Amino acid sequence: MATSVIETHELTKRFGNFTAVDRITFQVQPGEIFGFLGANGAGKTTAMRMLTGLSRPTAGEGIVAGYDVYRQAEQIKRRIGYMSQRFSLYEDLTVRENIQFYAGIYGLPWRSIRSKTSELIERLQLGEVARTLVGSLPLGWKQKLAFSTAILHDPEIVFLDEPTGGVDPITRRQFWEMIYAAADRGVTIFVTTHYMDESEYCDRISMMVDGEIRALGSPHDLKTQYDQPDMNGVFLQLARHSERS
Amino acid sequence: MKTILFLLRKEFLQIFRNRVIVAMIFVMPIIQLLILANAANYEVRNLKLQVIDQDHSSWSRQLVGHFTASPYFNLTGMVASAKKGITAIEADEADLVLHIPSGFERALRREGTASVHLNINAINGVKAGLASSYAQTIILDLHQEIMPVVELPAGLSSTFRYWYNPDMDYYTFMVPGILVLLVTLVGMFLSGLNIVKEKEIGTIEQINVSPIRKHQFIIGKLLPFWIIAQVELALGLTVGWLVFDIPIVGSLGVVFAFSSIYLLVVLGIGLLVSTFTDTQQQAMFISWFFLVIFILMSGLFTPIESMPGWAQQITRLNPVTYFVDVVRLVLLKGSSWWDIRSQWIALSIFAVVINGAAVLNYRKTD
Amino acid sequence: MRPLRNIIQKEIWHILRDRRTLLILFGMPIAQILLFGFAITNEIKGADIAVLDRAQDIHSQAVTERLVASGYFTVQATVHSEPEIEQLFRTGQIKMGVIYPSDLGAHLESQQPVEVQFIADATDPNTATTLVNYGRAIVGDYQRELAPLAQPPRQIQTELRMLYNQELESVFLFVPGVMTIILMLVSAMMTSIALTREKELGTMEVLLVSPLRPPLIILGKVIPYVLLSMINTLLILGLSVWVFDMPIRGSFVLLFAESLLFVITALSLGILISTRTSSQQVAMMMSLMVLMLPTILLSGFIFPIESMPQPLQIISHIIPAKWFILIIKDIMLKGVGWAFIWQETLILTGMTTLFIGLSIRNFNIRLS
Repeated sequence: MATSVIETHELTKRFGNFTAVDRITFQVQPGEIFGFLGANGAGKTTAMRMLTGLSRPTAGEGIVAGYDVYRQAEQIKRRIGYMSQRFSLYEDLTVRENIQFYAGIYGLPWRSIRSKTSELIERLQLGEVARTLVGSLPLGWKQKLAFSTAILHDPEIVFLDEPTGGVDPITRRQFWEMIYAAADRGVTIFVTTHYMDESEYCDRISMMVDGEIRALGSPHDLKTQYDQPDMNGVFLQLARHSERS
Repeated sequence: MKTILFLLRKEFLQIFRNRVIVAMIFVMPIIQLLILANAANYEVRNLKLQVIDQDHSSWSRQLVGHFTASPYFNLTGMVASAKKGITAIEADEADLVLHIPSGFERALRREGTASVHLNINAINGVKAGLASSYAQTIILDLHQEIMPVVELPAGLSSTFRYWYNPDMDYYTFMVPGILVLLVTLVGMFLSGLNIVKEKEIGTIEQINVSPIRKHQFIIGKLLPFWIIAQVELALGLTVGWLVFDIPIVGSLGVVFAFSSIYLLVVLGIGLLVSTFTDTQQQAMFISWFFLVIFILMSGLFTPIESMPGWAQQITRLNPVTYFVDVVRLVLLKGSSWWDIRSQWIALSIFAVVINGAAVLNYRKTD
Repeated sequence: MRPLRNIIQKEIWHILRDRRTLLILFGMPIAQILLFGFAITNEIKGADIAVLDRAQDIHSQAVTERLVASGYFTVQATVHSEPEIEQLFRTGQIKMGVIYPSDLGAHLESQQPVEVQFIADATDPNTATTLVNYGRAIVGDYQRELAPLAQPPRQIQTELRMLYNQELESVFLFVPGVMTIILMLVSAMMTSIALTREKELGTMEVLLVSPLRPPLIILGKVIPYVLLSMINTLLILGLSVWVFDMPIRGSFVLLFAESLLFVITALSLGILISTRTSSQQVAMMMSLMVLMLPTILLSGFIFPIESMPQPLQIISHIIPAKWFILIIKDIMLKGVGWAFIWQETLILTGMTTLFIGLSIRNFNIRLS
């Protein structure tokens, strides 16, 4: 187990009387695409915020990239990338300015910032809009750009919080190709989603219902275990008795 | 260090891309300075005067003539009765009514004493006080004119000198204070709204998951507005000097050195507000609330010595007080940095405490 | 009318949920009234002076005692040379210096003229004039005490009546101003921001596609702010009457009705601003620059309008607050009735109609 990049044991977050995340325990292996599934409000985002050091857990243990989530949040932050639901780009900065800014605050050397920016703009085929304000780009482009800036500093793990909300299936497919490419380079991907078809793209998934992990395994194993043709069926069976949705 | 440079670059790009903000920073303050300096004026002139002259004598006409000649009074009409005089005040056609009763001249000649009535609208107490003293001066003048000269035995009298502003120019007094007001307004609102805006649009999370250090973030947020506010001050001083001809007796170096500390305090307050609010609307209201109190209690518009003791103690906790004081001292009286050492010390303590609180209160983890 | 009620209810929830803003909305008028009532005054009391007493005799001491006893002066320092006075001016510790010449006593005994000198810090001209006048009056009084027969034989007496505010309390002047500013803040600023926020968040569109007619939607959104403003009005009036003994000499009903009119004027201004802005930040800046500052500076609240240069006096006519302040003063302090305020009321009504008309036009342009 020493090889896992994320390891939690009964990690819990309570807000007053409300237990948002209830004793979750799981491991993620290096290079894995780990899907975190669940309905809205199941506790996915809260769990992710604890792992990225944005939120302090109430109880339990968590190790990310070899560091403790309680005491070493800043060391963790050096080794991870994060793309939030609101794909946090500055809408009043241009594409190039956004990339340079995020590269800069992660402390990349000057030369590398310049070369990586140009490389990224070329790879995303954003050359023509490099000087356009991000606010005027279509949603799908913003998401690709947000993902690319999240992995610009070559993190060990990248956390994606519902990265493909609100776009068409073709754009979503293209986005997943970018995820695969990153995983091929050895980056561990931790992704939350409520699109059940997307879960099929993951190596392993965990199903969250009411703050707890109800099922964990590869998509194939889960479908067999619950005797369902697709992940949608698995989800409906698990979430049928949910109290929160 | 490099991280801070990137933060600075980003802030400047964002500021200069927003035309409303740029206008607010560079155009509005100048317009305000021009308007404020002319509006914020306690000089009392053109008081509306109505006269009831029931004596119709040469002395009563002489008295009215003195009033008409004074720059403080505008004769807006003659009325027939005391009742009509009150009505004129009620209708705001008069600020004061001078009533010369019949028999005025006769009484003065025979008995050596006579009286006139002065009714003044005293809702604005200061204005009323000044109006009454101007009026009494005029009455005294008349008295000296019409009375035979009496030899007074020599004795104690007094002379006076007005230092630093012998022309009694009101701009000289107000413009430096207004500069402080403008710099404070711009600094506090820009910094107060800044972090909270990042919270509202969500970009703050992206910064919080990065390994950026807290002090780097705070410096990256402070420095742009610090620079802008200094430029603003320089701009305001230039306008004050060119348009209002304010004297610059002391060293500008001292003013700017002091403003560097002062701005740290103001921007720190803005950041502090920013860290414990969730929306720009909240940040705006809270900043506004404190600003109004700071400004009212700063001695900018009303003298601090007149306040009761407890209120004077409160003003010692008000950073604006110190800067208003220092700008006037240095620009108008030429005070040196050593003369204002106690103000330095006080503001430096504020700067450390407030920015310390802002750094502590800004949490990357909730 | 059910949907209208729902919109009002939703807006009230928004307002009540934001505790901090609510606290400010009610804390602000209270804090300001208390400050103006207790702390801030234009009168000059206890000004710090330095005394340079070269005479050191009973006369110089008597004058100093009288200066202090008047309450206008506090002796901050006793100095021995003129440069010391200058030093105290430069550190900002004194407002005036008093110099007694060394031959004061000798001259007085031999009935020769002799002068006490006052040096005032004229960076603040009004304070300087006032202090010098107080000082000279006290010296004059002392001289008359020494030589009681020297009084001029004839004089004109002035019988002074300070109408409406005999004690010359500054709170009487400030209450109408504070009330106006708070109503402006709550009504115009809050509405313009609240309406713009709905636009920014896109929820305005949702409301617009509902079967409700747009004027009703706007009405539903602004009614809670009317309520809030009127509560604030009562709060301010209550404080001024019970804490500061300020009278309401005229009709309370009329005062309340006029306040309501002003609230509506301010609201229509807020709506007008919101039809022209797209982001909250812009709405705030506009409100601040277009509403708050002119209201404070050019309404006659603190600074007398008649002393301003002509262009500013003209501008002051288009500021609604100016007319409302006149109305409040008339009703509360002068106790006059409708006959004296119908013109101001008419002007405010006209402005309101204009603002609403412009808003509707802007609104229609945006829809088509």
